[in-house]
Amino acid sequence: MQVKEYKPLIVAFCCNWCSYAGADLAGNNRLSYPAEVKIIKVPCSCRVNPMFILRAFQRGADGVIICGCHPGDCHYTSGNYYTRRRMAALFSMFDYLGIEKERTRVEWVSAAEGAKFAATMNDFVEKVVSLGENKRLEDLRCKK
Amino acid sequence: MQKITTQMLVERATALLNNGTVSAVLGWKKGEYDYDVTPGVFKSAEELSEAFVYGDFSAANLSKYLIKKTDSITGKILVFLKPCDTYSFNQLLTEHRFNRESVYAVGVQCGGMVDIDKIKSIAGDGVLSVDYSSDELVVSTLYNGDVKIEKSRVLAERCVNCKSKKHVAYDELLGESGEEISSGRFDEVERLESMTPDERFAFWQNELSRCIRCNACRDACPACTCEKCVFDNPNSGVENKSPANSFEEQMFHIIRAFHVAGRCTDCGECSRVCPQNIPLHLLNRKFIKDMNDFYGEYQAGAEVGSRAPLVNYTAEDIEPSDVFNRRGEDA
Repeated sequence: MQVKEYKPLIVAFCCNWCSYAGADLAGNNRLSYPAEVKIIKVPCSCRVNPMFILRAFQRGADGVIICGCHPGDCHYTSGNYYTRRRMAALFSMFDYLGIEKERTRVEWVSAAEGAKFAATMNDFVEKVVSLGENKRLEDLRCKK
Repeated sequence: MQKITTQMLVERATALLNNGTVSAVLGWKKGEYDYDVTPGVFKSAEELSEAFVYGDFSAANLSKYLIKKTDSITGKILVFLKPCDTYSFNQLLTEHRFNRESVYAVGVQCGGMVDIDKIKSIAGDGVLSVDYSSDELVVSTLYNGDVKIEKSRVLAERCVNCKSKKHVAYDELLGESGEEISSGRFDEVERLESMTPDERFAFWQNELSRCIRCNACRDACPACTCEKCVFDNPNSGVENKSPANSFEEQMFHIIRAFHVAGRCTDCGECSRVCPQNIPLHLLNRKFIKDMNDFYGEYQAGAEVGSRAPLVNYTAEDIEPSDVFNRRGEDA
């Protein structure tokens, strides 16, 4: 019997102004990153409600990464500062509940950093693959 | 320290009702037994003398009731506030949830509340009455007769680690106002933090899987005051309990705690009202501890108009990825 290769599902929230453009640049430069990364464009990284992250996990995501402009470079001046505070608190809470901290990450990727985007995604997917499937935050009610 | 009795509160409330300062009194109402005290609104001296009670079971935080009551009652409302309730009172004022002018706040000295479940675990079932006039409670029970218990053994969980005996808001004071206390309220959080992730997960799975999603923690919380709550959305798929898997409630509890993060005054109502005795205050305290560690000491409700950590920022804030590194764990 052939063992099916484990393909994780990664949700990447990318801000419209920096990280989404960074992902574009990675594509333009023919830099490869895993196809398991599903990008969701958000106007700003602070648009990402903690509910979004938990909903992604509930519905079977194995990792969630949030990408935004570098602190100080936010298109809306201060959005990513709020993201930084919120996610620091939220990820600390995940850890407190015993949920693997490597499944979540915040990364600052500017529109010029296509290479960083690809490298970040490669690294993140590798980490999540080594953790295996997300069992601790999944919710059977939300599984199709 | 003089003991504050029901009689003193009733007399003061009656006087204020009679001279027209207030038109209603928000206080604690007798239940069928000594221990099932509920919040109540009193509009006359008769009602007060009949049903008002203040004692070791008057644990409910009354500040949240002001939101609805200041809308529906004309004239001022008298509200009795224990020290920890005054923090919630200030926090609600900060969030403009009610009008300060329509409230007459009377601070009441508090000697700590007791937990009926702890009493029952010592005295057994069939508790008929509890005499709390001295520091040694006399519990008369159906099966074990009169049982004497030291009050310190049955203090409510939140009162064991009381953060403050100081009233931070009041128009007048009955009894004395104390000081803030450094009571080691984060000890339990630190104990959990020192566990391995697997142990922590097992701990919370054990605790949270008991949740029946009655939403009492949300309904009683003075910080949870949204008119419409995300968890009431019937399209969310997670608005109520279903026996899908053994640990489906973490999302509710993470989000509930997150929504009050930075605004939680650590009044402990969530744990008190939980019918399953889940230590929900440990989730809130984790957020409070983190915010103190990351962004400097902050006590929600200590002063009106202060800015909560999550609606504020500095350019030098800690990165989420560094949060774990500084605890000395390998990332």
